[in-house]
Amino acid sequence: MNKHKNRIILTYGFMFILLLLVGFLQSWNVSLAILNLCIISAIMSLGINIQWGNSGIVNFGAMGFAALGGLCCVLVSMPITNSVWQLGGFKVLLAIVIFFIFIFITNRIWKFFKHSPKKRIFYSVSIFLIGFMTMRLIADPAIQSIESFESAKTGYLGGVNLPIIFSWPIAGLFAAFVAFLIGKIALGLRSDYLAIATLGISEIVLYFIKNEDWLTRGVKNVNGLPRPVPYEIDLQNTDWLIKLTENYDLSIIVVSSIIVKLAYSSLFLLTLIIIFIFFETVSKSPWGRMMRAIRDNEISANAMGKDVKKRHLQVFVIGSAIIGIAGAMMTTLDGQFTPASYQPIRYTFLIWIMVIVGGSGNNYGAVLGGFLIWFFWVESEPLGLWIIELCTSVLDDDSLLKNHLLESAAHMRLIMMGLTLLLALRFAPKGIIEEQKRI
Amino acid sequence: MFLNASNISCGYDKTKIVENCNIFLKKGRIASIVGPNGAGKSTAMKAIFGLLPLYEGNVFFNNENISKLKPQERVLKGMSFVPQTNNIFQSMTVEENLEMGGFIRENGIKETINQVYDLFPILKDKKKQVAENLSGGQRQQLAFGRALMTKPNFLMLDEPSAGVSPIVMEDLFKKIIDISRQGVSILMVEQNAKQALKISDIGFVLNQGKNKFTDSGKNLLSNNEVRESFLGG
Amino acid sequence: MDFWNAITLITNYILIPGLSYGCQLALGALGVTLIYTVLRFSNFAHGEFMSFGAMVSILLMWYFQSLGISVYPIPTIIIVLPISIIITISFCLLIDKFCFSFYRKNNSQSVILLIVSIGVMFFSNGLIRLIIGPDDRNINDGERFLLKAKTFKKMFELNEGLAIKMSQSLTIIITLILVTFVFWFLNKTKTGKSMRAYSDNKDLSLLSGINPEKVVLIVWIITGMLACVAGTLYGLDKSYKPFTYLNLVLPIFASAIVGGVGNPIGAIIGGFVIAFSEIIITFAYRRFLGYLIPENFLPETLMQVLSTDYKIAVSFLILVIVLIIKPTGIYKGKLI
Repeated sequence: MNKHKNRIILTYGFMFILLLLVGFLQSWNVSLAILNLCIISAIMSLGINIQWGNSGIVNFGAMGFAALGGLCCVLVSMPITNSVWQLGGFKVLLAIVIFFIFIFITNRIWKFFKHSPKKRIFYSVSIFLIGFMTMRLIADPAIQSIESFESAKTGYLGGVNLPIIFSWPIAGLFAAFVAFLIGKIALGLRSDYLAIATLGISEIVLYFIKNEDWLTRGVKNVNGLPRPVPYEIDLQNTDWLIKLTENYDLSIIVVSSIIVKLAYSSLFLLTLIIIFIFFETVSKSPWGRMMRAIRDNEISANAMGKDVKKRHLQVFVIGSAIIGIAGAMMTTLDGQFTPASYQPIRYTFLIWIMVIVGGSGNNYGAVLGGFLIWFFWVESEPLGLWIIELCTSVLDDDSLLKNHLLESAAHMRLIMMGLTLLLALRFAPKGIIEEQKRI
Repeated sequence: MFLNASNISCGYDKTKIVENCNIFLKKGRIASIVGPNGAGKSTAMKAIFGLLPLYEGNVFFNNENISKLKPQERVLKGMSFVPQTNNIFQSMTVEENLEMGGFIRENGIKETINQVYDLFPILKDKKKQVAENLSGGQRQQLAFGRALMTKPNFLMLDEPSAGVSPIVMEDLFKKIIDISRQGVSILMVEQNAKQALKISDIGFVLNQGKNKFTDSGKNLLSNNEVRESFLGG
Repeated sequence: MDFWNAITLITNYILIPGLSYGCQLALGALGVTLIYTVLRFSNFAHGEFMSFGAMVSILLMWYFQSLGISVYPIPTIIIVLPISIIITISFCLLIDKFCFSFYRKNNSQSVILLIVSIGVMFFSNGLIRLIIGPDDRNINDGERFLLKAKTFKKMFELNEGLAIKMSQSLTIIITLILVTFVFWFLNKTKTGKSMRAYSDNKDLSLLSGINPEKVVLIVWIITGMLACVAGTLYGLDKSYKPFTYLNLVLPIFASAIVGGVGNPIGAIIGGFVIAFSEIIITFAYRRFLGYLIPENFLPETLMQVLSTDYKIAVSFLILVIVLIIKPTGIYKGKLI
């Protein structure tokens, strides 16, 4: 037990020193920017960890949930655009309600014709298509008028004008709801299939977000999301800060941006701590013990009368909700929602590397993985450049190879991440912080 | 002695299942290992074929100590093994199954396939069929046929009659006699002890991993103690 | 005449592009399926193997061009294929030796190998970008069209033209040759049969004296060959950009799963199912119907099920539906 504790203190201390070093060597602004995304990454990695580490569920759909979280920021915080709503907002809503009614009917029909597969497919497909066409018929003109309304500025429905901080819990609930639907249909699949299915679903979610401009503005992005913290420009005009910086002879621009970042950090850290405590309590509870029992031997857990499917669904929903929250936090930090920036490499697979390198099955490991991997993801570019310079130092300064390599140093990031994952799997498959055997 | 497994002990991981067992067989004869569930029958046979490591004892085949050889190397020595389950290539045709059975042989495969067809005419009729469409008895015959493709002089059968109907079982035992008449010695593990002992020259009754009785099939069948304890009266 | 116009329209916009895209997917799916059946894991790095093959082809093409070797009107990249196939195979074998073989020997769960393949995906993607850079490159230096739309219009005096790109016809011909070869190999040769036997029943194949190392070697050779050709053809048809191959993995998996994982014929069929449904569902039928029904009956809309933006999403949609309704696929594959 002590060894475990020592290792946690050691590795967390190391991480802290790394961030300090960046502060001293590069700048405190960079250091805090890394820290903020480290915290968000740690939360995402906690979400994947409870699914994979604690229950063996392979969820490759993190990107989708993060994007949904980002969408929530837009829907919660942006101002209402009344004129657009009147143009067609209600019609779109009506179309969606009708579509869901048809889906419900399709589902009933699917269950009704249990014993005749041909009828089953014929009726449910045709009802579904009718529903789809009806929806398109009602929604298409409405969507067109919404999207063409001042498309350079709005062209979408807007949000409900609440403080953006509310979008975090709402993102959690929204992601949980979507995860419930996905889990209901997909969790019966075995590991590889579940991985591919969730990856596919997350891509579908993203395509929806990218292309349904009336709701999300699509690739036109939503800029200028309100902030939960003050703006640098406002801070620079406050008296106490002006005096403070004058007294200590500091640049007010730098100080104000550090203050803003610190404000974000404290918000994020608070969220991380709440989620962490929640997860620690959960994994020590009988429910957590049962989850690990199911992970370690699904068959015997099933035989003992544990409802494995239901438990898996619970875990899937909780983990995905956490990722949704982290996604909303990230969009809040960015201040803009850019659907085109979501890629599985960055939002799904990188999180997986975090969990595996940190140590799957324990929350300390997941958090450490989130910090460490994000840190190296950011710092790998200067690091890669340094490695290449070192390797090519024997070459002439004007050699083609050297210049080509120096130019493409940015791509070292992917190579290094791949190597990190491969080496971790090979030589430390349990991660940096191993899971403690709990009794 | 053609095959002599003397004083063998073996098991899974560190749990000893078979202890100091003796199993031996003369050339051209049929032997069967019988006994209650969990007696270590299949375990002993797998150890003889080298699928499990020996903790103690030695296996001699044709007076040669083969205890250290891999299963594949034992195949080259003339041994062949028919597992109890998954003993055919389900997605391949009957003929391809037989070809794969003779994979390690360089030539003469065609002739051996014809010999197998002579022995199991039903396989010839179905040679282009995919194996998973065969009936239980046909599958078992195909499994025998596949094992015979290496032209073994010693064939081991793990529960050949498992999961087939009594009529088919009778047929299978007839085939086993046919195989042995071609000069192939046979060692089998059987759940249906009575039928197995009927066709066996020698029988080994195992209980809790140890030799309980060893005698000719006929004598064992008439032994009262064996009948009461192991053959169900 | 209107009837023939409609037919030409469909051939030009659905049949020909669908066939060539289907070929590219089928080659990819065949590789994924072979790896799955023999090595028992879903190889997420397959798209990168394709990208690697295409990259090697391009580098060799540049070299050949600098030597002044060309076979106009056929693109230079086609004649370097044999060499780049060999290099791609060596790359696959190296990756297998250093990344996958360890877990195979330890009998690791398939999901661990899947995660390893993600590591390989990251690594190879970075390596490729390091070598050739992330830019978009047009690599067709041969004749662009086998049949030009204008020529066709003149020939048959139709409103609609039919254009066949050189890259499309090459894709279809080369796929035909390659797939025939792979099926001949799997079904007729002793080594190919032993590969099938190994994937069917590993224990029994060992009892029969089949050498697992050799089977693994052969499967990587075939996969490397398929990946290199598929990647090069895809790059030739569209254009080469390392990033696109990451997004190709999912349609390839979709093809393999729709056809039934572990079934080579299924992989081919699956490729065409995915390719054609992507095109059919996002095609605007207004012009097509315009030739067949009177103007005043024609509806206002484009007559499109989904907008073209959703093209790739269609393959994911089919994938998810198949996984949920019939995970074994069309040709009863193995359940992962």
